[in-house]
Amino acid sequence: MSTATADRFEAPASSRAERFRKALIGTAPIFLVLLVLLVLITIENPNFVEEPAVFLAFLKRAAPLVILAAGQYFVIVSGEFDLSVGSLVTVVVVVAARLIDGDPGKTWPVIALVLAMGAAVGVVNGVITTRLRVPSFITTLGMLLILSGAVFLWTGGAPRGALADNFREIGRLGIEDFPVLEQLPYSVMIMLALGAGAIFLMRARWGRRLLALGDNEQAARLSGVRVEDMRTVAFVLSGLSAAVAGILLGGFAGVSAQVGQGMEFEAITAVVLGGVALGGGRGTVLAAMAGALTLEALFTLLNLRGVSGALEDTVQGIIIIAAVAFASYRLRGAR
Amino acid sequence: MKRNLALCAMISCALFAAACGSDDSDDSGAEQPAATETAQADKEVTTGEQSEFFVQEDYDRQLAQRDIEPEGDPATPWEQAIEPEMVDTTEYKAKKASGWNLCFSNAAVDNPWRQVGWTTMQEEVKLHKEIANFKAVDAEAKDDKQISDIEDLAGGNCDALIVSPNTTATLTPAVEAACKKVPVIVFDRGVTTDCPVTFVHPIGGYAFGADGAEFLIDNVEGGGKILALRILPGVDVLETRWSAAKVKFDESDLDVVGVEFTDGDAAKTKSIVSDYLQREGQLDGVWMDAGATSVAAMEAFEDNGQDIPPFVGEDQNDFLTKWKEDGLTAIAPTYSNYQWRTAVIAATKILKGEEVPKEWVLPQPAITAENLDDYVDPNMPPLHYALCGCEDMPGYPEKWGGK
Repeated sequence: MSTATADRFEAPASSRAERFRKALIGTAPIFLVLLVLLVLITIENPNFVEEPAVFLAFLKRAAPLVILAAGQYFVIVSGEFDLSVGSLVTVVVVVAARLIDGDPGKTWPVIALVLAMGAAVGVVNGVITTRLRVPSFITTLGMLLILSGAVFLWTGGAPRGALADNFREIGRLGIEDFPVLEQLPYSVMIMLALGAGAIFLMRARWGRRLLALGDNEQAARLSGVRVEDMRTVAFVLSGLSAAVAGILLGGFAGVSAQVGQGMEFEAITAVVLGGVALGGGRGTVLAAMAGALTLEALFTLLNLRGVSGALEDTVQGIIIIAAVAFASYRLRGAR
Repeated sequence: MKRNLALCAMISCALFAAACGSDDSDDSGAEQPAATETAQADKEVTTGEQSEFFVQEDYDRQLAQRDIEPEGDPATPWEQAIEPEMVDTTEYKAKKASGWNLCFSNAAVDNPWRQVGWTTMQEEVKLHKEIANFKAVDAEAKDDKQISDIEDLAGGNCDALIVSPNTTATLTPAVEAACKKVPVIVFDRGVTTDCPVTFVHPIGGYAFGADGAEFLIDNVEGGGKILALRILPGVDVLETRWSAAKVKFDESDLDVVGVEFTDGDAAKTKSIVSDYLQREGQLDGVWMDAGATSVAAMEAFEDNGQDIPPFVGEDQNDFLTKWKEDGLTAIAPTYSNYQWRTAVIAATKILKGEEVPKEWVLPQPAITAENLDDYVDPNMPPLHYALCGCEDMPGYPEKWGGK
């Protein structure tokens, strides 16, 4: 048994190409959907591909959701949920605005503080879920309510203070005069760096173990995986991703008490759309991030076609149900 | 969960309103062409169906009220009134000359406008030594909570009850019941009964919406592309703002290229505006039904490397600051925040037995390039409302978050 599982974690080099091929096949459908949507957007608005700035603006807008989806992926693939990220995003923006209060000198200490807050919320979510054995759906739902209630109490419903310009720059500006692209947004760079980090993490031993425990917790536990610790780390990564998303969103659009509203569902939809089965153990982080891009492309397309914003939620609901139904149909077929 | 329910309500609301708009040609819809008889016959109407909340009489009255000189001292606009019809209040005169219990049922403090007003109201109460106790209850934007709040307060030992209703129709029976026990002062949104002693409010949403639309019609060249941004459908106070703007735009030669809902979300607002900039190439003016996300909308132009066109915002300090710093062409219609003071003043007058206007219509000035300097204040927080009427109050500016 132990050798069998060890094989799973440390696959021999010979099967690497095979695994890569499988990963590619698993990731292909979502990239296909993304491509179709991008083509449709281009038909509506030819500038989308002709001018790099327009496409980069799209990526910039999508960056917070992509990062949030990567964080959510770790939690979902380990067999849990994190519903608290939306209100965590709001907390980050509101707290940052109140503490910075327009003073550029406070930007970096406050960024460090909100990142620590994100990690701390992750630790609490993880410990309550794994040690107290409260289902993560309940734990993080409770955290969602606690955080949104705390924000309301602290702000009285309307945020105070202001984000300094150097804080806003992170989500709003980029490197100017970049060859070909005119401007390379910082948020796109952060998205690429964190995305690469997430892919690397999932290809490392830790990532394989996380997949294994999401697939079969008992087997993973028997083979010596510290299930509780790993799940807690997954929640911490999700909390950190929410903090980063909050920093980017606050930079992009400024202070608002509604900024994170519904983002937990957008992140889960994106992950599911990327083909990651709810319940864990399946799917790649690249596909989850592609799912976030696809969702954002879909919203952009709906907006360009003049479809009412209220329909976005309906579309999300249909996607979640359809994607999971499709996944389980495919699984059944395989058996 | 709370947020999910709110979200569901919003969706169903939106679907419902859309359904109503498409198959419902009521009286107000039928009247509307009369108002647009000056429009060119061949102009395609791109602003959609007229709102089911639109009432031609109210529209005409409010637009006329903008030009009527209010009675009272212009230095204290919160005590002014437009065409007041005074009513006698001796029957409500308090038995004691002081030591009053004043009660307040507040709909919510869930947006910056209400938060500024709520701060001002608490300071106003401190100015009246006759008020011994001020008991305020926050309904957290829930009708059912406000109904029981009003019942509790009216059944207690309040000498007067101020109500800022969450919604109009649902709260009416609760207010009617309270009227039988205690003098009631209603402000901001109304109720459909005349039992309150006085109803305090600025001119209203039609005047707000028309101020912005008229400004764009005057400042954007014919055929210019206008984007209209609304918070969400189905709320009467917001529907009136848009429906008035719609009438004005339909009469004009401007091209309204889109009417979008932002949910009051800054990031969404910014995305919508940049999508339109990509689709249309340029926009020549932006109309908004509330100013909370106006700065985000302006930033979309900046981030796309375009100049900010004529803009309609509100008297929120971040908008005014940007307007002044960047030398923009803009207007800020207002929904006079100082009405929160007026409600307390009305209550004290009633308890003294002094006459008050039956309908206390406050002036509703628009901030323009001429008077911008009087209102913008870099020392106040970004979400402060310039028409708070609070500058002369003791705790100013610290109590409002200023420096």
